[in-house]
Amino acid sequence: MFDYVWLIPILPLVGVMTNGFFGRRIERSNKKLVHWIGCGTVGLAFLVTCLLFLKMLGLEPDKRLYDFTWFTWMASGDFSVAIGYQIDPLSMFMCMFVTGVGFLIHIYSIGYMWTDEGSYFRFFTYLNLFMFSMINLILADNFVLMFLGWEGVGLCSYLLIAFWFSDKANAVAGKKAFITNRVGDFFFAIGMLLLLVNLGKHGVWSLNFSDVFSHASLLSPGLITAICLLFFLGCTAKSAQIPLYIWLPDAMAGPTPVSALIHAATMVTAGVYFVARCNILFTMSPLAMQVVAVVGALTAFFAATMALTHNDIKKVLAYSTISQLGYMFLGLGVGAYAAGLFHVLTHSFFKALLFMCSGCVIHAMSGEQDMRYMGGLRKKMPITFYTMVIATLAIIGFPGFSGFFSKDEILWKAFSSPSGNSMLWLIGVLAAAMTAFYMFRLIFMTFFNECRASEEVKKHIHEAPKSMTFPLIVLAFLSIVGGLIGIPAALGGSNLVEHFLEPIMGLGAGKIFQDAAGTAVLHEAHAAAAHASYMTEYILMAITSTIVLAGVGLAYMMYMQKRTIPETLAQKFPVLYKLLLNKWYIDELYEWNVIKPLHSFSRFLWQVADVKIIDGFVNGTARFFMRCGGMLRNIQTGYVQRYAVTFVAGTVAVIVYYIFVLYI
Amino acid sequence: MNQLNIPIISFIVFFPLAGAFLLLFIRGNKDNNYALLRKAAFMISIFEFCASLAFLFYFDSETAAMQFVEQVTWVKSMGLSYFVGIDGISLWLVILTTFFVPLCMLCSWTYIQKNVKAFLISLLFLETAMIGAFVALDLILFFVFWEFMLLPMFMLIGVWGGDRRIYSAIKFFLYTAAGSLLMFVAIIYLYYYNHKITGVATFNLLELYTLQIPVAIQFWLCLAFCFAFAIKVPLFPLHTWLPDAHVEAPAAGSVLLAAILLKMGIYGFMRFAMLLFPYAAQQFLPYIAALAIIGIIYAALVAWVQPDMKKLVAYSSVSHLGYVMLGLFALNIQGIEGGIYQMMNHGVNTGALFILVGMIYERRHSRMMADYGGIAKVMPVFAVFLMIVTLASVAVPGTNGFVGEFMILVGAFKTYPIYGVFAVSGMVLGATYMLWMYQQVMFGPVTNVKNENIPDLNRREIAILVPIAVLVFVMGIFPGFFMRKMDASVNKFISQYNTQYELYVGDTGGKSKNVLVVSDAGLTASQEQPVNH
Repeated sequence: MFDYVWLIPILPLVGVMTNGFFGRRIERSNKKLVHWIGCGTVGLAFLVTCLLFLKMLGLEPDKRLYDFTWFTWMASGDFSVAIGYQIDPLSMFMCMFVTGVGFLIHIYSIGYMWTDEGSYFRFFTYLNLFMFSMINLILADNFVLMFLGWEGVGLCSYLLIAFWFSDKANAVAGKKAFITNRVGDFFFAIGMLLLLVNLGKHGVWSLNFSDVFSHASLLSPGLITAICLLFFLGCTAKSAQIPLYIWLPDAMAGPTPVSALIHAATMVTAGVYFVARCNILFTMSPLAMQVVAVVGALTAFFAATMALTHNDIKKVLAYSTISQLGYMFLGLGVGAYAAGLFHVLTHSFFKALLFMCSGCVIHAMSGEQDMRYMGGLRKKMPITFYTMVIATLAIIGFPGFSGFFSKDEILWKAFSSPSGNSMLWLIGVLAAAMTAFYMFRLIFMTFFNECRASEEVKKHIHEAPKSMTFPLIVLAFLSIVGGLIGIPAALGGSNLVEHFLEPIMGLGAGKIFQDAAGTAVLHEAHAAAAHASYMTEYILMAITSTIVLAGVGLAYMMYMQKRTIPETLAQKFPVLYKLLLNKWYIDELYEWNVIKPLHSFSRFLWQVADVKIIDGFVNGTARFFMRCGGMLRNIQTGYVQRYAVTFVAGTVAVIVYYIFVLYI
Repeated sequence: MNQLNIPIISFIVFFPLAGAFLLLFIRGNKDNNYALLRKAAFMISIFEFCASLAFLFYFDSETAAMQFVEQVTWVKSMGLSYFVGIDGISLWLVILTTFFVPLCMLCSWTYIQKNVKAFLISLLFLETAMIGAFVALDLILFFVFWEFMLLPMFMLIGVWGGDRRIYSAIKFFLYTAAGSLLMFVAIIYLYYYNHKITGVATFNLLELYTLQIPVAIQFWLCLAFCFAFAIKVPLFPLHTWLPDAHVEAPAAGSVLLAAILLKMGIYGFMRFAMLLFPYAAQQFLPYIAALAIIGIIYAALVAWVQPDMKKLVAYSSVSHLGYVMLGLFALNIQGIEGGIYQMMNHGVNTGALFILVGMIYERRHSRMMADYGGIAKVMPVFAVFLMIVTLASVAVPGTNGFVGEFMILVGAFKTYPIYGVFAVSGMVLGATYMLWMYQQVMFGPVTNVKNENIPDLNRREIAILVPIAVLVFVMGIFPGFFMRKMDASVNKFISQYNTQYELYVGDTGGKSKNVLVVSDAGLTASQEQPVNH
């Protein structure tokens, strides 16, 4: 039955082909058919995933690894890469929510894009292409096929950000996303090639996950660290971490369902998935782990500061996404892979929900995204309001909601695991407080108080159609209960997620890939994981929750009660305010230090090196010969007089020469 | 004679020429005859393509020997022979040639309005010369075809080109001729040397392979060959003829130049320079690889700042061919197969880019990106094809470009990891300039009034692009079909190169590397300096 796994990626591809080739015709004759194809294929893919997932649950935990090789993709000499899919707890875990949430967002898109002027079929083609790539990314059984998905999602992101390409800003944002991701892919590719070549030296000419992981211990520690860091740099682009996060805020130029699907729930978590997938490599390199943890924590913090002052509803959510991704990496970095992935799951529920709600708001406000011109939408859009509040409670980690369990697990591991420390924990908690503040700021500015929109806009404010509210309700439900599968032992739960993922994480992975030497390293790491008492965990939990509630309270004070405070603060601390509003001027930093100089250098290469020097030399050679020819021409003018003169002069010269030589 | 028992190669080589001869009998001065001429030439080239597919069907991928061989004595006293054959290296290049000529005819269907007959005859003439050069196994025969390519291309640029066509045509001609001249001298020297040593007068390439040439002589001969081929590739810094030639040539000329003619240089390195002079080639190798790397990065950066679409694509060619050279000089199976594959990919992708730019040029008569903007709105079908080709050109996985680049990088990392790292940066730069062009031309609002009513692609144009788009994906997903046919020949190439090289190195088992000594007594290499392999 697992041999049907190819259906999962191929179904969306069928959607791509049908809508891609015949979409224009289909749209003209029956517009509904376009979204039936688009959503239907993804829905079926979700169904297949569910079946395989159930099948897998029926197996013994250490037998949950199945490799399906479809056909050879590239082969040359003794190196070959196959199109093959791997079914294991990690890939199934990812695939479940990617197809599931993806399906819901496809449905949401029907309502969102129905009246859009851009072509409807093109949108669904791209969305399906994205699903195809994303599924390849997570199901691939080797690095190269994963890279196909990895680049494919980047491509779809580019196409979808630039979906409304007639606006130049969107096109620029799309290009920025693609190129930033390519910078990441540059490192990723180097890492991959280094891995291949160095394993090849030991006779392992393969980039299959199972081959690589079971022979990882052949590589020297320094090399593994280098490879892990290169991979992680690739992940910082895809998952928008410091220093390559700059593309994600701009990516909000795309249609909102795209922001929900690609730039919140699925694609940006690819980096987290990848680090988790390579957990064997990362565990063998404590330095790389440390880097992942620190970068994650810093990103969580800095992105949260950037979200504090923004007025664009989607930008705030974008920064919060970056911040939440930082949490996930923090979790991975301290060795809590399961916790990081658990947060991926819950985040995909509540962040997709937040974006979709913001999409409903933007629709209702006739395209307005600035929260300063919103307000009071609570009454007019009740479903959107309630679901968005649920999502907000989930993201800030309000006790009982899904985000609480996943975020708390990460913070707890950041504090208690051997590679974690209280500093990482503190940064995480501060970021959590800021999250609470800016998220409730968003809620208060959007849904409460008076409506600040123009009269014209006010007239059109309406609740979203059913195709849009249905996914909201489903995701709101998941945002509440989604955490139940990961309740930690301290709270009387059994942390199903961790147990489910155990076979391929850390120690379990050693077992499943049957690698003796690697397991020894992992054993050490595992043994070091001390178990602190539940009491510490309760205390930390209480501290976090209190601080989070304080953040909410502050937001209430500043945006509900004394609404003049924000402005006075901005006036009092203009430098800080500007710094935050302009995202710490990181974009400008890149612009002035990398792009501009490189551009000038390229112009120099073209206009000076190429045209003046190289071509100058070429044309100079030609001119030299022309000059020579020109000079030689003088001796062949055809004038008899000149010939005569030359003749006489020559004769005289010869005579003079001989006289001098012979007689003097 | 060969597995088909008919002189199939000669047929394929000379059929276009015969066709060109037939075209002479159609009066080419009347408008209604233009259509007839075009149709006749197109039918000839399509038939040629179909006939060349016979190579694919009857090609035996198990053997590395030359296939479909024909050998006839030409001038006995001089040892000249008409000797042609195909192996896994030239097979795809021949098919690529016959594939592109009909597309070139189609894409100049309405664009070329003056001297149509001469234009079509030039194309067919060029086809004969190109295929001939790929199949020739006799040095003089090769040289004849090699030089014959110049004439029609010179005409294509000089007669049907843009404003600076004369300058570009002459530059193209002289630049390439300068290289070929040196090569010709080297060929003659090689011939005499062989005669002196073995007493046999021959230009037969396969026989000359076995000749042992003293290092000092080899050095100069190899240099001459490499110079000729490096100009053709073109390798940095010998590339400046290319942008000019591309910019001024009509679309069909640019397409053939990029897709086929440039491959001649790489093919020459493989077939001639490296196997005839393995020892010298080995010494040049790091330098050429370094130039290839410089070319990849340099040309990509220069492409990025071009305001002219055709120039941008031309520089991107230089960058991509740098990849091919790098793969070739990695000297392992992944690198070389990747390189050959990338030659085909570059042919398909860059050929397509020139076709696309030609289409839009025909509508607006401008190559400047600044004159466009928002074209995706006006020409949605065009936008799709340009996107597909752009993605293939930046090597997005799933397209043909990725397979070639990836294999080259695998090969490069095996041999020189540091070079490999530099080469990967082409990935970022390639995306930068290609997407920059796409954004400038296709996205944004339609700002120029002249762009508002450009018609989208017509059926003829779609018919050109569909096979290319299909190839992009088929070659990207099923490269095995193509690569399997090269396997035997590439393996033989590597082993032959290595054995030949070992002969010069002597019996030290490859542990020590010779030092090139160019002195009076430097006919043999001294064996010092142990170098770790």
